Amino acid sequence: MKFLCVECDRQMAFEERRLPGDGTLAAAFRCPQCGRVVALLTNPMETQLVASLGVKIGGRTIAEQPLETVRGMVATGKGDAFDEAGGQADGRTGGPDEAGGQADGRTGGPKWSAEARERLARVPGFVRGMVKRIYADYAKQHGIAEITPAVMDTARSELGLEGM
Amino acid sequence: MPLNIRTYHELAEPDRSGLAAQIGAQRRRVAERLAAVGRVVAVMSGKGGVGKSFVAAGVARALAQGGRAVGVLDADLNGPTAARLLLAREARLTIAGDAVLPAAGAGGVKVVSMDQLLEDGQPLAFRGPERESFVWRGALEAAALREFLADVAWGALDVLLVDLPPGLQRFTELAELLPAPPATLTVTIPTAESRDAVRRALRAALECGATPLGVVENMVGGPFTGSAADDLAAEFRVPVLARIPWHPTPDTWAGLAGRLG
Repeated sequence: MKFLCVECDRQMAFEERRLPGDGTLAAAFRCPQCGRVVALLTNPMETQLVASLGVKIGGRTIAEQPLETVRGMVATGKGDAFDEAGGQADGRTGGPDEAGGQADGRTGGPKWSAEARERLARVPGFVRGMVKRIYADYAKQHGIAEITPAVMDTARSELGLEGM
Repeated sequence: MPLNIRTYHELAEPDRSGLAAQIGAQRRRVAERLAAVGRVVAVMSGKGGVGKSFVAAGVARALAQGGRAVGVLDADLNGPTAARLLLAREARLTIAGDAVLPAAGAGGVKVVSMDQLLEDGQPLAFRGPERESFVWRGALEAAALREFLADVAWGALDVLLVDLPPGLQRFTELAELLPAPPATLTVTIPTAESRDAVRRALRAALECGATPLGVVENMVGGPFTGSAADDLAAEFRVPVLARIPWHPTPDTWAGLAGRLG
């Protein structure tokens, strides 16, 4: 998918992605010559199709998670299907444990605010471990010391977590 | 005056989305993950209910007993049974770094199945808009198969058996995802109806470049009669690898495993 500024005859560059939370997606593209911005707006079915392909409009900024599409999209998954305890083989940072505790100080991971922990606890168990890792990786990458709901909102949109 | 609109391939500037590159990276991930797998064998049939999973599980256990490193990927996402047959249904899958560790089933066979991930009795259902699900459901199932290949730490295996659902759709997806087309172990029952369905599937698999190892005739010696295995073997010039009776013994499976090499 590419966008052409016909007047300038220039390929437009990806600028920003937004997920309003209603299943739709907005992606803005800017002409590098005249600065004109156009937005691609997808309906829920189109957004779902993009998510089904396992690709991110605007590109990936953090590494793909194992079974990312399965964990992110299956609605009838078991809450305890995965054992995340042994999941730090690559030194990834964790976050609050399943009981909602603070970050594991041994890994140097970010802290989680009480509100963020509450929000994380509402995520279905089947996908919670992956969501936790994604936010922790995002915070680490951006030098964020504490994960709050605002950080989660920004990360969700920036990372293009369509369908989650 | 008509607009001057260049076409997709005429725009060559770097594209931050790089969707084609992302798809390419997915394929490389599959190839890298399976680099230490000696052979991928698709256990397939054009017909449902002929015992593909039963055969896959039986031969997997026999191969493992013979000292081979074996994995079973249950690609029947909507009717998964391989994990139960290999006593790995209740296993939790461990996330380790960038991969999922497969469960250890009977005889040490490595197993990954949707059955291990779904709530008891629940169908495979996806989040998303309920309307027009026919547009995206197939893509999501293909993505699940890709992730079972690419995100599971299969490790060094002599054989990875892929237990396919009936029909040909999943086989086509598998063949496209793998770096090279898989070998096929084709399962039929003796009847003419099964033969005709399997014939279509086998022909299509060959057109995808698959290497047919042979035919396994299941449920032999019971109420089903016919010569499906012999007919298919003659037509496609492949061996009948085994005729599995209603109550196979360990020797039955060992014989089949021995013929697979």
